[in-house]
Amino acid sequence: MTIAGNVLTDQALVNQAPVSPFRRWLAPATFAAFGLINIFVLGGYAHKGDATFAFSQPFAKVTVPNLTLPAAATCYVCGGISIALALVRAFVPLSKLMRRVAIGLVLFLFVLSLLCWADAGQTTAFNIVNLLQGTLGQSIPIMLGALTGVICSRSGVINVGIEGQLLLGAFTAAIVATVTGSLWLGLICGALAGSLVGVLLAVFAIGYRVDQVVLGVVLNTLVLGLTGYLFDGLMVPYQNTLNSPATFAAIKIPLLGDIPIIGPIFFDATIFLYLTYIALAGVQVGLFSTRWGLRTRAIGEHPIAADTVGINVIAMRYRNVIAAGLIAGVGGAYFTIGSVGAFGADMTSGEGYIALAAMIFGRYTPIGAISAALLFGFTTQLQSIMSTLNTPIQSNLLLATPYVITIIVLAGLVGKVRGPRAEGIPYIKS
Amino acid sequence: MSDQAGQAGAAEAQKKQTGPGRGRAIRDSILEGNTFTVTVLAIFTAFVVGGLLNAFTNTTVLHAWGNLFSDPGHAIATAWDTAVGAYVEMFEGSIFNPHTVSALFQQASFSAAIHDGYLSAVFYPLSETCVQATPLILAGLAVALPYQAGLFNIGAQSQLIGGMIFATYLGYGVSLPVVVHVVVCVIGGFVGGAFMGWIVGELKARTGAHEVIVTIMLNYVMIYLLAYLLSFPYLMQAPHSSNEITAAIAGNAHLPLLFGSHLRINAGFLIALACALAIWWLLSRTTTGFEFRSIGKNPSAARVAGMNVERTWVLAMLIAGGLAGLAGATVIQGTDFTLNFQSYGTYGIDAITVALLGLGRPLGVVLAGLLFGALHAGAPLMQAVTGTPVDMVEVLQAVIVLFVAAPPLIRAMYRLRAARAGGVGGVMSKGWNA
Repeated sequence: MTIAGNVLTDQALVNQAPVSPFRRWLAPATFAAFGLINIFVLGGYAHKGDATFAFSQPFAKVTVPNLTLPAAATCYVCGGISIALALVRAFVPLSKLMRRVAIGLVLFLFVLSLLCWADAGQTTAFNIVNLLQGTLGQSIPIMLGALTGVICSRSGVINVGIEGQLLLGAFTAAIVATVTGSLWLGLICGALAGSLVGVLLAVFAIGYRVDQVVLGVVLNTLVLGLTGYLFDGLMVPYQNTLNSPATFAAIKIPLLGDIPIIGPIFFDATIFLYLTYIALAGVQVGLFSTRWGLRTRAIGEHPIAADTVGINVIAMRYRNVIAAGLIAGVGGAYFTIGSVGAFGADMTSGEGYIALAAMIFGRYTPIGAISAALLFGFTTQLQSIMSTLNTPIQSNLLLATPYVITIIVLAGLVGKVRGPRAEGIPYIKS
Repeated sequence: MSDQAGQAGAAEAQKKQTGPGRGRAIRDSILEGNTFTVTVLAIFTAFVVGGLLNAFTNTTVLHAWGNLFSDPGHAIATAWDTAVGAYVEMFEGSIFNPHTVSALFQQASFSAAIHDGYLSAVFYPLSETCVQATPLILAGLAVALPYQAGLFNIGAQSQLIGGMIFATYLGYGVSLPVVVHVVVCVIGGFVGGAFMGWIVGELKARTGAHEVIVTIMLNYVMIYLLAYLLSFPYLMQAPHSSNEITAAIAGNAHLPLLFGSHLRINAGFLIALACALAIWWLLSRTTTGFEFRSIGKNPSAARVAGMNVERTWVLAMLIAGGLAGLAGATVIQGTDFTLNFQSYGTYGIDAITVALLGLGRPLGVVLAGLLFGALHAGAPLMQAVTGTPVDMVEVLQAVIVLFVAAPPLIRAMYRLRAARAGGVGGVMSKGWNA
């Protein structure tokens, strides 16, 4: 009990220490910085002319008229609003919800300015539907990986091995789908491969109590090496028999798919997007409205208490980590049988790490993690569209922006995110 | 309230497994012995796993397995030859190649042999191992030092790139006298890496942004920044070049070779050893090192004891970044002499495995760096002769570290007696929120 008392005071000290005037001014300053960029960089350097935005794809049944905005003026207005928000944020006490709305608004205004700047004076309209449709596509593996991370973290196991789960899922799906000729079998085996990495993670993290951040990195290295090895040794010489899977075709949902703007974005995609909806709904409802979810959160926050009321902490952590791997495995399968159609060495290129960041960004909630994953997908898609627009900005700098924005948002707006309290601490039954 | 009690319970549970304090010296020595045994067995097991992987995926062996029932001996012999053959080539490429020795003795006189480079040829594999080990040791230290202070530095790659950019720019961009130029470039490498590390530490200290996320993001930022710098002649691209590569650094900026022009081993290796020694001294003989270790064990207790946790985090990341930057500088100034968009290689990830195998201690990092350096040095010859892909090295590294991190697994495999301290060893966990 004395130990409990000491820890209590220590924790109180830890929680008090970092609060500083610096922290208080950080969010307003970040808002203002975005506003100034909107005005002086994007507005100031925008080409003369209007920016046109299109909201329909060619051959759509119902079309929506284009929107034309004066580019520079829009940037100035967006910047002005951002700076006004900075002042509000600095001097008016806001509720938590309003603070988040403000963050969202500032980011939206920044993106709007960016698009105006990029499309100013261009002859082609900037297609918003393509941008958002691509965003969802880009985000699928990140979203699924982040959901896996959420389940693991909520169970008290930090999963840095999402990257490995995605990569092994992609590899397995490609090879199984090619050999058997069945996409569905490929999808199932891809999911199982993600789960297999989950088994390794569980055995070493829960069973052998290895440091989990370290373990995740090592598992990623293992999968990277293994798939690279098998790719060079087997897939390259036997490309046709081992690595040429078909890909899932897009399924358009009747009626819903014909709604202008929303239809093509949300209801005209491969099975992977619909699986993502199911996974999101399942994890959200499961975590917060079922007995399983309550227990999962309990073993992640306070395993001793959970154990006291009769929950088998170790067994439940094993189950959750292994089952969560299935979701990331599906996300991995998307790379090969959902989009590209062939495996390539290191083809996930760090999206598992992005998923990890998205999970923390989303404060360990399914909806938050999905939103953060969409933000990443959006910046990636924005970059790939803007690189075709002949914008004067260099593509490598564009590629770096998602990561820079992550750091800025994490440091400037989100700050310290408290994970589940027992996250990363192995449970030792006494 | 109840959460804190839970933490206390966990802390208590963790305390139990470290056991009572008496007989500490004896127990520690036994544990040390066990750590050594376990490490050796882990390495051995990893090689067995790698050999099996090789034997069951090599295309010629697969054909032989196809005829298993008609000719079982042949199948097994082929599998064995393939698995062992790959390791033999790896050994010849990294430690010692008998052909070079026989060539040495066929020479007319010993002095002629030295003059013609035959003696160098004998030591060439070892020299390559040291060359490969140099950045691994430095980057491994860059992971191990913050680890002692309770920080995960996944961003050795970004810091290494930072160091490479600075060292390369100083290497071709300025003109300085002989000794000064090398020193300036090496210091530049340190500063470039230290700057990247400082960003991480400062953000963590001031805003609480988790260092794992920030370092991962910085890795990508630096890769794209490097590609950007190498795309324009007015930035860092070599004049009249269409490739993403810088001009070669000046001869004055090259790190001096240690054993003549036939062997690539250079002063970078000495820098790595000196840094390992310095970090050992820092951690075990100075107040700062004591603060690092205290904060790594328990930041709350360290804060109560009056230590400035935030400042120490910044310092740890700054030094770590500098070490990773030095790793980059030794690659540029020791062997590559130019910077291209792939110069950073896999050092960032390898550094983590090196630090883990070295159990976060400087001497361990040196030994682990040498081992993985040998794997990297031998891999090209292995691929060239036996066709085994070099990715085998990554597999071996990961499996070695997995086994080293879980001593109970190795003990169970080889039926070793469990260590007295309850059988939990290797890399111990601390929570994400610590």
